Order: sequence, then structure tokens, then C-alpha cells
Amino acid sequence: MSGDTLLEVDDLRVTFPTRTGLVQAVRGVSFSLGRERLGIVGESGSGKSQTGRAIMGLTPPQAEVSAKKLAFGGIDLLSISPRQRRSLRGNRIAMILQDPKYSLDPVMTIGRQIIETLRTHEKVSKAEARERALAMLQAVQIRDPARVFDLYPHEVSGGMGQRAMIAMMLVTGPELMIADEPTSALDVTVQLDVLKILDKLVAERGMGLIFISHDLRLVSSFCDRVVVMYAGKVVEQIKASELRDAQHPYTRGLLNCMPRIGFERHPLPVLDRKPEWAA
Amino acid sequence: MSVAENQAAAGRGSARAVAILSSLGRFLVVAVTTYLGLLAVTFFIGRVIPIDPVLAVLGDRAPTAVVERTRREMGLDLPWIEQFYLYVKAALRGDFGTSVLTTNPVMADIRRVFPATIELATLGTIIGAVIGVPLGVLAAVKRGSLIDQIARVVGLIGYSVPIFWLGLLGLVLFYAKLQWIAFPARLDVVYEYTFTPITGFYLLDAAIQGQWDVFHDAWRHIVLPAALLGYLSLAYISRMTRSFMLNELAQEYIVAARAKGLSETRVIWGHALRNAAVPMVTVIALSYANLLEGSVLTETVFSWPGIGLYITNSLQNADMNAVLGGTIAIGSVFIAINLLSDLLYRLLDPRTKAG
Amino acid sequence: MSAETIQSRREWLLSDRPASRLQARLGRAYVSWRRFSANRLALVGMLIIIALLVVAAFADVLAPYSPTVGDLKNARLLAPSAAHWFGTDDLGRDIYSRIVYGARWTLYVVILVAIIAAPIGLLVGTVAGYAGGWTDTILMRVTDIFLAFPKLVLALAFVAALGPGIENAVLAIAITSWPPYARIARAETLTVRNSDYIKAVQLMGASPFRIVLRHIMPLCISSLIIRVTLDMAGIILTAAGLGFLGLGAQPPLPEWGAMIASGRRFILDQWWVAAAPGAAILIVSLGFNLLGDGLRDALDPRSGDQ
Repeated sequence: MSGDTLLEVDDLRVTFPTRTGLVQAVRGVSFSLGRERLGIVGESGSGKSQTGRAIMGLTPPQAEVSAKKLAFGGIDLLSISPRQRRSLRGNRIAMILQDPKYSLDPVMTIGRQIIETLRTHEKVSKAEARERALAMLQAVQIRDPARVFDLYPHEVSGGMGQRAMIAMMLVTGPELMIADEPTSALDVTVQLDVLKILDKLVAERGMGLIFISHDLRLVSSFCDRVVVMYAGKVVEQIKASELRDAQHPYTRGLLNCMPRIGFERHPLPVLDRKPEWAA
Repeated sequence: MSVAENQAAAGRGSARAVAILSSLGRFLVVAVTTYLGLLAVTFFIGRVIPIDPVLAVLGDRAPTAVVERTRREMGLDLPWIEQFYLYVKAALRGDFGTSVLTTNPVMADIRRVFPATIELATLGTIIGAVIGVPLGVLAAVKRGSLIDQIARVVGLIGYSVPIFWLGLLGLVLFYAKLQWIAFPARLDVVYEYTFTPITGFYLLDAAIQGQWDVFHDAWRHIVLPAALLGYLSLAYISRMTRSFMLNELAQEYIVAARAKGLSETRVIWGHALRNAAVPMVTVIALSYANLLEGSVLTETVFSWPGIGLYITNSLQNADMNAVLGGTIAIGSVFIAINLLSDLLYRLLDPRTKAG
Repeated sequence: MSAETIQSRREWLLSDRPASRLQARLGRAYVSWRRFSANRLALVGMLIIIALLVVAAFADVLAPYSPTVGDLKNARLLAPSAAHWFGTDDLGRDIYSRIVYGARWTLYVVILVAIIAAPIGLLVGTVAGYAGGWTDTILMRVTDIFLAFPKLVLALAFVAALGPGIENAVLAIAITSWPPYARIARAETLTVRNSDYIKAVQLMGASPFRIVLRHIMPLCISSLIIRVTLDMAGIILTAAGLGFLGLGAQPPLPEWGAMIASGRRFILDQWWVAAAPGAAILIVSLGFNLLGDGLRDALDPRSGDQ
């Protein structure tokens, strides 16, 4: 761990009302984050995305969020006004979503979407905003920023779209970035490029990163620390370098599912799920 | 990799131009066949259904010699495909025959009455869109709330109410009881002789000439029928807006917009509605076309001298040339609006692709 | 005891391993019904339509007076009272009785239009969808052309040529209302055309005629029914509009639209003559709209509540 504590999460719960009663998607998640890279791993439905959204304050209105503590840089996120919460979003805490095909506004040019983030949080002139947006596009390694600036999202590839998304979210210089499956929708060939860009920017700017993914191998190679979630709970927190010594059977199960070159795996291992882990 | 991507993106720019050209081409084909279809149907109605089209035009008391002459004049001795060819040729020249009732060429009559209908339908659509779009947006944003329920009931009644009946009740209340509006007509008789219209849209003409007393009078005549048509279009527009907005609000880019820290106002009106606006253009255009048609009943109730009243008056007098000419006129504008809205949709949506 | 039977019956219906085709079908119907009846407005719609059917069936019992013969001497244009709930018209006829009998004509129109227009649309759509190629292109072009027409004005022109009358009004409305059905039937056909079971039937040597009739048409029925129900209100309004213009039902038939037309002359002084039939049209159209919305939401969960 390095530096001061950026985010503190203690006993976070997210509850959805449904026709059949209350469903807890997140059930008492606790962790803290400094200026480091934290991976949250779990299957779909494990509550990892809802954890990220709860930190952002993007939980759907019908759901309820509660926590003993949910603090960002010393600010209690649950007690500040929605307006204050909003002024943090996209400014000091940012989020990257899964698929640029759906998460970029289809009828607005990429440049305008980047500028929109900037001008929401900072009073800058139009010309300056444009300069900074172009610089940001350059920073995510888009070769011809001036041209991409005027393109619509459907006119660029998935990889370029995701880099535009990163540019849109990083342009204000946030301290914490939540990346929710940022590469799962991309072609395998460009996944690594996008990850490298993200990694470089996070390192250069000294940001904290929460990397949400279902891919344990990716997370372990990319993050400093890993939180493993199952059925809305944290089953294990471990340093990425010590993952091989993981104790929890669920984590071990996930590890065992990863194919390794040179090893024949027959039959394919099946994930073990025991109800008591969720209890 | 980046180079390849850049090239691909450059290729897409010209692909869009091709897409627009090809949709223009298809637009023309569709426009021509649809218009021919309309003429085929009116031809069928005018020449095939009546047992004797000559009698339909002349009435059954015409002397035999006149009947025979008219039969030749109408080309009824020719094979029907040739008749249809002549019919289409005449229609393209704007020749729909002579009205028995007014003794004018039907086309001249239509030119005279059409502005009144356009004025009414335009005002109705403006009312419908100005109220309907925000209502639909609010209903979608506050889904399940009181305003959503109200919007739903208002919309359902709009879908279910006989407009001519509502018009009659409106007259009883606002004209007879409250005396807020003027009697059914387009202008008071006083002004019929002193006022010279320029464009045929009285509100506009009065404003241009600075005759504010005429403007006020015209307003008092048009406000109720326009409000009724506006209600019909409001019902449709608000319902469609709500459904489009619900669709957009569920998209991921809305989450992204919120993650950027945008205000709800900006998220809803700046992002969701902007996306919904593309299909909304079609909806508003369709609603305009429907009002043109709906004006037939409304004009009858309010003695509004537009194309609808012209058609119904001609109907009552068995003036088939006028009825069919009016049908073609409304049909043509209706088709044109339909097709243009489709074209506009393709032009407005940056995602337009070939095919 | 009875609570237990109900419980087990429900379990039988909701079983995820139905033992017979009948059980599966009943189970599906039950689930749809539960979704439908959870929608209060849809139930209201259904009640309105049931009421319409009852009123039409028992008009003779429910109507206190004759719908066509009035008391010209003593009962002209009376205001609503205990004797005449909705007042009387200019020929001294009881408006309530005329409305009750008018329910029959409303049903007559919607049922006839549905019976004529839906099969035309079904036939055009399934043939176009199954045949594909040029047949499809031509049939759909014709459908689109009809779809681009102004319906009311066209119906007006048709009736003008055919001559006024309720049968001709029905015909005119039917001619202008089949295209959406063709569209729906074609879309449904396209989704099943290349499915394996159609291939299997083809291999067994079934003729295209038989395939379309026995294996494709039945699949289109449920979406068609929803659409027809949603269109009922429009049909009623168009028929009433034609009646109002004097092109639909002719006097002395107690058709609601025509009743409004005859009340129009007295609208400023005896407003009730036109008010009651219009309210009847509004309520019945509303009923069909509510019912159609509910059916769509219950039978087609994909469409959500749009």
C-alpha cells in the first residue's frame, strides 16, 4: 500500500426492492483504498458492479445504499447533498463503463462529450476546453486527435471508443477511477493496448483505481491488491502477488479454472459454490 | 493498428454520403409508386365502382345526347389501362375536372381552401408538440408518479374521444355559455370584406399588415378547433415521447453522462431527449399528417372553410370530382409528409448507414 | 381444505415441468392472466367491453322504449329526467333506449371490420413472408402504399362512391385497415420461416398452402389479436365519424355517430341529445384501448409498458 487513504468503505450494503421482497445485491462490503490499484473480482451477479456504482452514487433511485462508513478523501459520501455528490462525480471520482458502443452518446461528437465533462466542473473558455480535450485525446494515444474530435462514436472502432471514454473521464484529472469491466467488450487484440494506456495514466497521475472484472488473471497481473466477491460479500482480500497462496476455496476455485499453457485439463474444473460462503 | 482504425473511420465518411444518396434514390421510387397507388385507388373509386360514372358526374336527369358526349369526353370508350394513363396525366397537370357544385376547376377550389386547413393543422401540431413533448419527458422521468398517471389518462382519452363530439361540447361551453370564443367560421362577417389575405394564413396575414383587430378576431375563431386538434396530437406525441424517453433513459450512455457529474436536467434534456429527438421528428410529422386528415371532421363542426369542409360539402352534393380531387390533395400532402419525415430521419441520425 | 386444493391447482398450473401439452398451455394462459389482471386499468377495460356485450345482447330487456319510434306529440327534446335518463331527441325518442340499441351497431361494425380486415392482412402477410422474393416485394409495396394513405379520407371517398350505409362504411373501413395486420403477419412469418420445424414439415412433403395455413397462420394469431383490439377504438371512431357525416348508418338506425349528427342542430339549447351518444363512444373506445394495452403487456412482455 502506498500513500494516504483515498477511499474507505465499511459495511456497504445495497438493497433492491423487488416483487418478491428485498434483495441485497451488496451485503456488507468493506475495504480501503490508497493511491493504488485494487481489483474487484467476482462472477456476474456477485455485486461487484453495484459496489462500484454505489461509490459513484449511481445506484438506481429505487434501491437503498447504507454503510457504516463510505468516505472519499475524508468526505462522508452518504451525508453530503446530491449536488455536492454530483460535483465529485466526473471531477474527483470518475468511472469507465464496459462497452463504448453503448456508453458514449451516439448523437454527440466525441470532442463535445469530452468538453462537456470539463466544462461541467471547471470554468474554462471554449478554446481552452478544446485544447485540453485534444491534449487528452493525444494522451490516450489517438494519433489524429483533431479528426477524432469531430467524429461520432459509431464512426470509431471499439478500441478507439474506449480510449475516447477514458479521455472523457480523465480530462478533469480525477483522483479515483472506477473501471467497470473496461476491456471485456473489446477485441482481444486491443484489450492489452487499452489496459496499458489506462495503467500508464493511472501511474503518471498518481490516481487510485478500482478495477472491476470477472477475469482473475487480468486483475492479478494488473492490480496491486485483489478483493474477491461472492454473492454480495467479500470472501477474500489478498495481495495480487500472493494470490497463489489464497486461502478461500472460492478463490482457489477461480484460480483453478484458469487454463495454463502446457497443461491438459480434462475434465474442465467446475466452480464450487457453497451456500455457507454467502452466509 | 491506429492507422488502420483511422483509415476505416475515413472510409465511413464517404459511406455516409453513399447512404444518403441511396436513400434518396429509394425515396424517389417509393414516392412515385405511392403516388401512383393513390391515383389508382381514386381512379378505381371514381371510374370503376359507380355503375355508370357518367351518371355519377351528370346526375340521372341529363339528356341522352349529353350523356353520350360526356362518355366520349371522359374517354370511357377506351380500354381502362389507357383511361388510367390519361387520368394520371391529367392529375399530374393538376386537372381533377370541374366541380359541379362551385362550377370552378377542382384544383382552383383546392388552392383556395387549402391554406385554411394548413393554418389549422399547423397551429394544432404546434400546440400538441409544445405541450406533448415536455409532458412525455416528465412522464418518463417520473415514471409511475402522479404526472405519469395524468399523462397516461390524458393520452388514452385523446385516443378514444370522438373529436367532432368534443368540438360540439366545446362550442356549447366556450361559445354559447362562456362566450370566450367566436362563432364557427374563420372570421367575423365584418372582416370578410375589409380584410385582404396575402398568404391565405389569416393569423400571419393580419400580423404582417398590422391589423391587430383582425388578428384578434381570427384568433378567437381558430383557437378552439386548433386546441382540439392540438389535443389529439398531444395524446399521440406525449405517448410516443414517453416511450422513446424510457428507452433512452435505460441506455448506458445515460449512466456515463451521470458519471460525468452532469445535472439531471442536462442528462435528461441534453442527452436522452437529444437521442429521442431523432425518432420524434417522425412522430411529429406523422401527427401533422394525421391532423390534416382529422381536419375533415373538425372543419365540419366549426364551419372552417378548409379542404375537409370542401370534401364533406361536395359529398353531400354528390360532387365526385371535388371529393376525389380533395382526396388526392390530402393524400398527396399526407404521403409527402410521410416520406419526407422518413428522409429527414435518415439525415438527422448520424448513425445512418447504407441499407 | 379448499385452500389446499387451490394451492395445489396453482402449483399444477405453474409447474415448470408440465406433464402434458394441455397443462403447459393452461399454465401459460394462467401466467398471462395473472399479469393481465394485475393491471387494474386493463380490468376496467375488460369490464367495459363485457358491459357492451351484455347491453347489446339484452337490449330488448334493458331499453324501456322503442329505439326508432318516439312520442312526437308529448316527448320532443325533453331534458334528462327519471322517465328519460338521457332525455329525448327531436323525434321524441328516448335517448337512453337508442344508446342501448346502438351498442349492437357498434359491435356489428367492429366485428365485421375485424372479420374482413384481419384475414386479408393475415393472408397477405403470411404469403409475402413465406414466399419471399418478388411476391414479397410486390405485396409489401402494395401494403406500404395503403399504409401511406390517409385512412379516414379514403374511407370517405369509398363510401361516397359506394353510397351511404352502414355496410358500405364497414367495407370502406376494412379496406383501409388491413395493411398493419399484413405487416405484423409478415414479421411473425419471417421469424419462423427458417425454423427447423417448418423444415421438418417441408420434408414430410406438406404443400406451401398447408404450411402457411396450418403451421404459420396460427402463430400470427396472438399478436394479430392484440393489434386488432388496439385498433377497435380507431374503427369505432372512424365509423362514428362516417355516421356523423351522414355516410354511415342511415336514420332511423340508432348508431351513435349518426345520433350525434342529429343532435348537432340542437346543440346550443338541447346539448344532451348529442352529449350522451358521444360519451358512449368515448367509454367504449376507452374500454378497447385499455383492454388492448393490457393484452399487449400481458401477452408480449418484451414490449414492456411502452
